[in-house]
Amino acid sequence: MELFAQQFTNGLAVGGIYALIALGYTMVYGVLKLINFAHGDLFTLGAYLGLTLVTSWLLSGLGPLWGTVLLVVMVMGMIAAVGVLLDRVAYRPLRESPRLSAVVSALGASIFLQNAVMLIYGARQQVYPPNILPKLALSFLGLQIPLVRIIVLCASLAMMGILYFFVQKTRIGTAIRAAAIDQGAARLMGIDVNRIILMVFMIGPAMGGAAGLLVGLYYGQINFTMGWTYGLKAFTAAILGGIGNIPGAMMGGLLLGVIESLGAAYISLAYKDAITFLVLIMILIFRPTGLLGERVAEKV
Amino acid sequence: MKNRRTVVFAGCVAVLGLAPLFLDAYWTDVLNNIGIYAILALSLNLIVGHAGLFNLGHAAFYAVGAYTAAILNTTYHIPVLSLLPVCGFTAGLFALVVARPIIRLRGDYLCIVTIGVGEIVRIALINNLFGITGGANGIFGISRPSLFGCVIRSPKQFYYFIWIFVGVTVILFHLLEYSRVGRALNYLREDEVAAEGSGINTAHYKLTAFVLGAAWAGMAGNIYAAKMSIISPESFTFWESVLIFAIVILGGSGSIPGVLLGAFLVIGLPEVFRQFGSARMLMFGAAMIVMMIFRPQGLLPARRRAYRLDRLPSGRGGA
Repeated sequence: MELFAQQFTNGLAVGGIYALIALGYTMVYGVLKLINFAHGDLFTLGAYLGLTLVTSWLLSGLGPLWGTVLLVVMVMGMIAAVGVLLDRVAYRPLRESPRLSAVVSALGASIFLQNAVMLIYGARQQVYPPNILPKLALSFLGLQIPLVRIIVLCASLAMMGILYFFVQKTRIGTAIRAAAIDQGAARLMGIDVNRIILMVFMIGPAMGGAAGLLVGLYYGQINFTMGWTYGLKAFTAAILGGIGNIPGAMMGGLLLGVIESLGAAYISLAYKDAITFLVLIMILIFRPTGLLGERVAEKV
Repeated sequence: MKNRRTVVFAGCVAVLGLAPLFLDAYWTDVLNNIGIYAILALSLNLIVGHAGLFNLGHAAFYAVGAYTAAILNTTYHIPVLSLLPVCGFTAGLFALVVARPIIRLRGDYLCIVTIGVGEIVRIALINNLFGITGGANGIFGISRPSLFGCVIRSPKQFYYFIWIFVGVTVILFHLLEYSRVGRALNYLREDEVAAEGSGINTAHYKLTAFVLGAAWAGMAGNIYAAKMSIISPESFTFWESVLIFAIVILGGSGSIPGVLLGAFLVIGLPEVFRQFGSARMLMFGAAMIVMMIFRPQGLLPARRRAYRLDRLPSGRGGA
């Protein structure tokens, strides 16, 4: 029971991180029908920028509250800027091209970003300073749960909540959903689709960058290739929930985190990633468009 | 037009035939790698270019072929080259089992499933599946291939062996393109609903193309195992699948000359970028983006089929 509870809460924390990254995949896919393979590397970049800021003098003068706020805002802002730049350089010229051409451009952008991080920060793995968060564990129903796990889970849930509210309740959010359903019709209704694409390439990468920061805090160490693995997991989560569907990505991420964590504990640690993909394939065989994905009628 | 193409074709064959006489062992080996990737990309072209299936896990079938060759050769001492059909068969069978339930999935869902299959295969190989794959170290001591009693050993000998296989692949795939299967695939890629409406069993043809492409990748795996004489899971990562996929799209999806040119570029460019040292892959990533922006259809896009009306067999297909 103890093992189960520990693995379950760990899975939720990791799943929250997956969900944050998955949001970037699913939002871009929703509007552009493009798999942004470089998204995982924006996440890596977020983790490294976070490390630079945490260890710099910039935040040392501020109190813990303002320091944290400034750290999160700066990382999210910078990654959002990189996201917009990425769209301008690598994706925008290919809007009218065959879809697989944009995929290869995305793979090229991923290789470029990954190697840029390696050249700037070095190929060795980097370590977050261990004293950022107090090493506390909270007692909860007789369970000792590390503070950092709770912070990571709460932070990701809070961000998802804000995004959900933004997408469901505000005018811009409604426009994003409209553009995802039918770009042409959205344009006819007076929505500036180019601005929506810009928004999507700000929000998605900002969430991914924040996830990078959380991984740095949670595991304490980061490396320049982690974007591949996390990106692949998050993409799997987005597909699991039904790609293009925002609540689906959140649910898919949390579910994937829990499956992976429990699978590693009870079935096999070595086959952890294989179990994840096996579950995905099984689900897709029975629900070909993911858990919350809608069946799209084939055009005739 | 027809004449000019024949001249270009003959010129390429002549240059390729004479190339190793003027190159040192290193560059001959680079050309050997290009040849193996050309075979892989041609096989993926059948799946991506002709059937329009989004496959980013081609390395899995390549791995199945390579490991089949390695295991059967090292434990039962069967000559590597006589295992070629066996490797094709196992890779094709694996593809059939994997693809049968998922072939109807929509494009991007199929993409993640193929990535997943690639990862599952790689993880299984690392964890020494059934105790026969040698774990992370892989399998070593695969014997050299021999043809008509003479052993293929030097890069130059491998060069002729690999590129003759490329040539055979090109001829067979060209014939396939203009066969009944090729026409059906062309139709379903252009308009799947119309193809289905005309009585073409789309799932059947997609599966055929998938299994055939995978089987060919398995044979490429055999050649790779024979050439390296040692194989390990790190040769069959997601990165390999990405490279093969990039060759097909950069070269020109659905076009055999395009895919061959793509193999030269994608495998050759990192060699040219060697002067940039550790920024080599950075340049490579940037080059992928730039090439795609300037040639979104690929370097040598597939030409639309044209059939002359007066050459069509009479009494069939009339209005």
